[in-house]
Amino acid sequence: MKQVFKRPDSLKDVPFRFCPGCSHGTLHRMVAQAIDELGVREKTIGIAPVGCAVFAYDYFNFDVLEVAHGRPPAACTGMKRAMPDRLIFSYQGDGDLAAIGMSEIIHAANRGENFTVIFVNNATYGMTGGQMAPTTLVGQKTTTTPKGRAVHGEGYPIRVSEMLATLETPYYIERTAMDCAKNVIKTRNAIKKAFTYQMDGRGFTFVEVLSICPVNWGMTPLEAMDWCGGPMKEYFPVGVFKDEGKRVV
Amino acid sequence: MSGRQVLMKGNEAIAEGAVAAGCRYFFGYPITPQNEIPEYMSRRLPEVGGVFVQSESEVAAINMVFGASACGVRAMTSSSSPGISLKQEGISYLAGAELPALIVNIQRGGPGLGNISASQGDYFQATKGGGHGDYRMLVYAPSNVQEAYDLVIKAFDKADEYRTPVMVLGDGILGQTMEPLVLRKPKARRFDKGWALTGCEGRAPNVVKSLFMGEGELERMNLLRQKKYDRMRAREVMCEEYMAEDAELAVVAFGTAGRIAKAAVRLARERGIKAGLIRPVTLFPFPDRVVQKAAKTASRFLVVEMNTGQMVEDVRLAVDAARPVGFYGRPGGGVPTPAELLKVFGRELRKI
Repeated sequence: MKQVFKRPDSLKDVPFRFCPGCSHGTLHRMVAQAIDELGVREKTIGIAPVGCAVFAYDYFNFDVLEVAHGRPPAACTGMKRAMPDRLIFSYQGDGDLAAIGMSEIIHAANRGENFTVIFVNNATYGMTGGQMAPTTLVGQKTTTTPKGRAVHGEGYPIRVSEMLATLETPYYIERTAMDCAKNVIKTRNAIKKAFTYQMDGRGFTFVEVLSICPVNWGMTPLEAMDWCGGPMKEYFPVGVFKDEGKRVV
Repeated sequence: MSGRQVLMKGNEAIAEGAVAAGCRYFFGYPITPQNEIPEYMSRRLPEVGGVFVQSESEVAAINMVFGASACGVRAMTSSSSPGISLKQEGISYLAGAELPALIVNIQRGGPGLGNISASQGDYFQATKGGGHGDYRMLVYAPSNVQEAYDLVIKAFDKADEYRTPVMVLGDGILGQTMEPLVLRKPKARRFDKGWALTGCEGRAPNVVKSLFMGEGELERMNLLRQKKYDRMRAREVMCEEYMAEDAELAVVAFGTAGRIAKAAVRLARERGIKAGLIRPVTLFPFPDRVVQKAAKTASRFLVVEMNTGQMVEDVRLAVDAARPVGFYGRPGGGVPTPAELLKVFGRELRKI
């Protein structure tokens, strides 16, 4: 009998220990599927950030480096310069990438480093218990914005994809969402495209993934998916912000 | 280039020593007085198939080293005091993930922005764990250009041997002084780097990390690392002794202060004053035994540093109150002269 569905080789045979409804498990699987489809598991090195995804090495069945908070783009730079023929990607949350690591991401993108960043934007600090992130929506209640994020004093959420797209060097920047099955598949395709560009040596590739954090949002998983597909997408529109591979010369 | 004598600045010698040691990856950020290191590397590394990246910050530089080292290659960064403060997080992570790397600190005056003169104000930071957590790091303190070159070559071997970050601690004088230097081609030592992240072809996946959340896991890891530090203490101590055997006054000084103190000891001996020098070359591990041996013959110790008194604490710990330990320091960019030290020796000896 033909097997039509199985665990990707790039995932270890262990259960995910993320909170109920969390996007990380599904997104890990999409990353693993993309790597399997490209047949590059044994050439891949992933970077685990500080945050919920720090345990990526418990799940990914390939080499993984754990890096200090916000610094994965710098570490990826060192790795890729040392091993240019490997598939190297970082998997970072919004606190990691858009707060403490904003400098590293901008400069790695600007140098056109040939690796891929998967930016998981769930509008909160998940691991530490739901504090305000740089991407927390205006009015969104968190443990450090008990009355909701106020523009006066806390500013507007940062649209990282749009900001990076102002740079000349990045090759591919897309934002997707994990709000429904169709968009989960779109996310996988975007990741696969980014990885393919990287393997072709095209340069810096970036996929921002709007994700859900039901526990810290104080919602059921279904409510969280609606919120992701609603207010989050309204502020953070999905789409391709840069794709030099599609540019008509 | 091997065996050839050249005239080089200390900073350039450090860079060339790294190239001789097989380092092909340099990541750094400009800061005086160490700029000749990145500048030299930016033109030298491409000649030998290496990579130079000018990072956006000191923090990024040390994490680029972290990433490159995790792939099993020899990588380094250099900076000066304020920049080394910024690298401390990364050094702690290197120690935690047990990754080899070379960090060069060409010290300047501090605290804060301080000044750009030579100083030894970072002894505590280098030897007592400048970053968080319970770790140690090999620290070499060269006192001239040739020694800087030789110790950089040694530092890469030791970093690989012990899987640890290693620091070469110099200062602005060492970095900027031009001296004759004999280049050499060191024998390439091979180290098994089965732990490196290279893609898991034909093996189980490797993980390099510093997070150990399991019950008792980190305690076990830290105790294991402690054994590694004990091995360093047993095997890696380096120390120069100059006229120390019969010295009444044992002078202890490292790096540039050690070089000046050596000249002062020579002057003292010419005048019949029985001074001798102990110059620690490794600051961690500290040469306790050499100091203890001197305590049996010398009546008094004098520690000379270009700071307000840091290594003197390690000397006092080693002497363990067996002899009085005096201190003479010139902080904030002050540099003692041999004649100045000679007067201090006389003052100390009158106390005997």
